[in-house]
Amino acid sequence: MIEAFFFYAFSAVLLASGVMVISAKNPVHSVLFLILAFFNAAGLFVMLGAEFIAMIMVIVYVGAVAVLFLFVVMMLDINFAQMREGMLKHAPVGGLVGLVLIVEFAWMYLNWHSAKDADLHAFAPIPDTVSNTHALGYLLYTEYVYLFQISGLILLVSMIGAITLTLRTRAGVRRQNIASQIARDPKAVLKIEKIQSGTGVS
Amino acid sequence: MDNLFSVFKTDLWTQTICKSELCIAYVQPVANITLWILSFVGPLIIAMAYLTYAERKILAVMQMRQGPMMVGPFGLLQPLADGIKLLGKETIIPSGANRGVFVMAPMLTFMLSLVAWAVIPVNTGWVIADINVGVLYLFAISSLGVYGILMAGWASNSRYAFLGGLRSAAQMVSYEVSMGFVIVAVLLTTGSLNLTALVEAQRPFWVTLLLFPMFVIFVISALAETNRAPFDLPEGESELVGGYNVEYSSMTFALFFLGEYMNMILMSGMTTVLFLGGWHPPFGIEFLSIVPGFIWFALKVSFVLFVFIWTRATLPRFRYDQLMRLGWKIFLPFTLLWVVLIAGVLLYNKALPGMENAAVAATAAAPVTVSAPAASQAAPAETVTTETAAPEAAPAAPAEAPKAEEKE
Repeated sequence: MIEAFFFYAFSAVLLASGVMVISAKNPVHSVLFLILAFFNAAGLFVMLGAEFIAMIMVIVYVGAVAVLFLFVVMMLDINFAQMREGMLKHAPVGGLVGLVLIVEFAWMYLNWHSAKDADLHAFAPIPDTVSNTHALGYLLYTEYVYLFQISGLILLVSMIGAITLTLRTRAGVRRQNIASQIARDPKAVLKIEKIQSGTGVS
Repeated sequence: MDNLFSVFKTDLWTQTICKSELCIAYVQPVANITLWILSFVGPLIIAMAYLTYAERKILAVMQMRQGPMMVGPFGLLQPLADGIKLLGKETIIPSGANRGVFVMAPMLTFMLSLVAWAVIPVNTGWVIADINVGVLYLFAISSLGVYGILMAGWASNSRYAFLGGLRSAAQMVSYEVSMGFVIVAVLLTTGSLNLTALVEAQRPFWVTLLLFPMFVIFVISALAETNRAPFDLPEGESELVGGYNVEYSSMTFALFFLGEYMNMILMSGMTTVLFLGGWHPPFGIEFLSIVPGFIWFALKVSFVLFVFIWTRATLPRFRYDQLMRLGWKIFLPFTLLWVVLIAGVLLYNKALPGMENAAVAATAAAPVTVSAPAASQAAPAETVTTETAAPEAAPAAPAEAPKAEEKE
């Protein structure tokens, strides 16, 4: 009963915050609701027994992606009144896109085939000795190792691309060179004098 | 340690107070967990209050001042007086502020710093939730701390606060990356994400030595994560007045202020669990284990906290570009390289967790390690049975053992 209660609580908040993401007037509120949605999805994952995915979800999406998202959205200067002006004009196009998406989902759902023994596997109990993390790691690094490596490479390429796109070397910028600062010999640049009181330095 | 609060399992409880099945099924666990939580939160709140006192006193001594000395003996009641003063003040919400977010931000900050303690073990079995992925949970919660500050900075509707929030967000995201690699390195030597197993794990001395640079980086990153000096740019008073909490007053301010201290305690707890051997007596000295484990835990946490305060008294604040340089250009490449190096060395010596030789290497090495406890009092570390523990690794074990010793 408690599990059902938590399942419905997580799902209800997840759906409500999903609706709020698209209906909130303030974009920052939208992002905050998005974060709430991520959290509840992580809660649902925990209830499924997929605690590793739940934690990774929080770390990656909430801890990194959404922070940058919020970061950007906060600095945007958006005129809301202006944004809502063309709403009626663009509504049919948006509706059409939504409709296409719904039809696609429906098509997918109607043609859904599970793997042959999927329902049998679903009944198999989770073994005590193998934890979630071990099982995932074992699968990723043996059977799917090539796919895993390829996805890593794709991310690397995109990272390098982003860096090359934004990197620019400006002329006339004086940068701190810590190594040369430390390497300076005090004797070459400093003169220490013992001054008799009342005489001064010439 | 289920029997710490075994009062709920006594006959008195089941016969007089809690008679029905429903009560035993629901009320008892709820009451039990509440007591557990209170037994963690109570000492933490007291520790937090006296950490503010300790910081002022230590700073004062280091700067040859007196520090708080008027309220109570040696100024010991100063935290209470400060608390009462803050409670009595008026909560001011700026007119242009986004009310909901403005009020929620300090609550979030404080709550997150408390919630993380759910998985930190302070003694054998003294933990609220001994979950499988404890390390990831800690990492997730500590990476959320940025939201409180970001929300506060945005909702205050003030340029200073906003700049402080942005700085903090960039800083925390940067240092989290190297922190993640440090945690990966520690996990490589233990093979479990469970924090209790992590503390109990036996590491040979040379592995501890390999982890030492990671320990240093972790402590520095922890300073950056908690926005402490020398990385306290988000609240740099010389340029941002007070940073993200300029507009806050009264208890909303207090929650931010105390949340920072709670975060310090949390980070010290994490350092203790990951590197300093948790509740075991230091250096595996056996006769010291007559002192209860949680006292050792508290002492180690206090030591790391002292380092936090010591740093504040010693170092000047970093400039922002220096901060970013340190995070991205020094810590990130170094930790990345070091993770690969540790993994390589462990693989070469067949000392990776799950390899049969790990246990042999641990017993062959001298027990003088920071993290490896004396073998007699340690519970058998959770043996990780992965598929890498191939049976052919077993015969090779005795031959490889001297190699591990040579490495010392």
